[in-house]
Amino acid sequence: MKEITASMAGTVWQVLVGEGDEVTAGQTVIVLESMKMEIPVDATDAGTVESIKFASGDFVNEGDVLVTLK
Amino acid sequence: MKKILIANRGEIALRIIQTCKEMNIGTVAVYSEADKDLPFVKAADEAVHIGEPPVAKSYLKSEEILKAAIEHKVDGIHPGYGLLSENDDFAKRIEEAGITFIGPSPQTIEWMGDKIKARKTMQQAGVPIVPGTIEPIEDVEEGIKLAEQIGYPVMLKASSGGGGIGMVKCENRDDLSKHFVSSQQRAKNYFGSGRMFIEKCIENARHIEVQVMGDTHGNIVHLYERDCSVQRRNQKVVEESPSPFLTESLRSKITASAVKAAKAVNYVNAGTVEFVVSENGDYYFLEMNTRLQVEHPVTESITGLDLVRWQIQIAKGERLPLMQNEILSNGHAVEFRLYAEDPVTFFPSPGKIEELNWPEITNVRIDSGYESGNAVTPFYDPMIAKIIVSDSNREECIKTALKFFGSLEIKGLKTNVPLFQRLLEEEDFVKGDYTTDYLSKRSASKS
Repeated sequence: MKEITASMAGTVWQVLVGEGDEVTAGQTVIVLESMKMEIPVDATDAGTVESIKFASGDFVNEGDVLVTLK
Repeated sequence: MKKILIANRGEIALRIIQTCKEMNIGTVAVYSEADKDLPFVKAADEAVHIGEPPVAKSYLKSEEILKAAIEHKVDGIHPGYGLLSENDDFAKRIEEAGITFIGPSPQTIEWMGDKIKARKTMQQAGVPIVPGTIEPIEDVEEGIKLAEQIGYPVMLKASSGGGGIGMVKCENRDDLSKHFVSSQQRAKNYFGSGRMFIEKCIENARHIEVQVMGDTHGNIVHLYERDCSVQRRNQKVVEESPSPFLTESLRSKITASAVKAAKAVNYVNAGTVEFVVSENGDYYFLEMNTRLQVEHPVTESITGLDLVRWQIQIAKGERLPLMQNEILSNGHAVEFRLYAEDPVTFFPSPGKIEELNWPEITNVRIDSGYESGNAVTPFYDPMIAKIIVSDSNREECIKTALKFFGSLEIKGLKTNVPLFQRLLEEEDFVKGDYTTDYLSKRSASKS
């Protein structure tokens, strides 16, 4: 299982993938809104989205697991 | 008014405290765990810890803030900008608690916070609005139909958005159908309302806003314009007054429209009417900000007035200190927002400020929220300080700014100082020839 973590603290602005979606390495899966900026969070590896841990509007801390891939 | 609570943080809290001190008004700061070492907490007469770092657990907790206000027996609450400043429910609860909210009435905040309602009001008042929809758009089909009539490109916006958040530019029908549902869903989650509207996208435009002030006796004046066209990702970076673009006749038309807009809602206290101005000088109402603006020092520099002092006097029920013909604009002022961010990608760069030495240069005002040793944390806006340069003319301001940024020492994190240094030497900026896509266009051409 691979984990995609938040690069910085912020609010989840956009969730761009759904469970079961295939993603490629480098694909933006979530966009955070932090310090009034939109911060894209990219998949580091290819895989299938197993679970999405947060929804739009949730606050996340740096290092929190946002999405897991299998 | 003997004691004021400042429901904000950083530089703006400090700036409000300064005026309060001059007026012999006591101050109460509220702060989150992340901000406990910042200068504004020390500068206030009293300080109340209100919660954890994320804004939802501290600066947006209206209940906690109100509790602190009652416990510390304040007469007024100044909301600053951002955070709860445009939250009509907060303003209403303050009034119900018998405390003065230093700002417009809750009704006005709600009215202008609904962008669709604001557009309708301005159109009825005879203030030009951006061509677009007047009623909320029900679904994507209706959106496409209306966009064809308006003509692409269009801006798809959330009625409860604003300040550059919650809008998408759509070049064609495919873009619009792609973005409509997701934008609406996001607006619902983020702003609590999925009402959407479409405006024609005015290209090669400038963003020019007018400062207005109204009192409870029905007087409304303007304090001239600010040109805020230098932006990145719809967020302002440099603001100046006078606008290098406006002719004298266009300036008087825009400022008159701003006063008309403020009168249409019986505006009280400090507000800003934002316009988008096309390259041929047509101007359209964008939105009204019902609060003190980040860039208010630009206006203070050219008029020699203290807008926070005016806000407090108005909140006390006093008449405006000056009439329109007594408010003069002198010289030129430019404000630079110093951000903790990468100067090329514009991504935030939070961290500890190891060293911060402000050069001592005349005609430079520094409104800073931080000092050496403080940390810029990832929880809030990355602005470290505002640098406001004023002089008799624009050329002198540019010279002074170059000198300032050339000798500024800031270590420990990345800042946008290199961006300012390049910008101040670019021919188009020096000529005053720039539009809202200036920064994005130039970074695209350099990569």
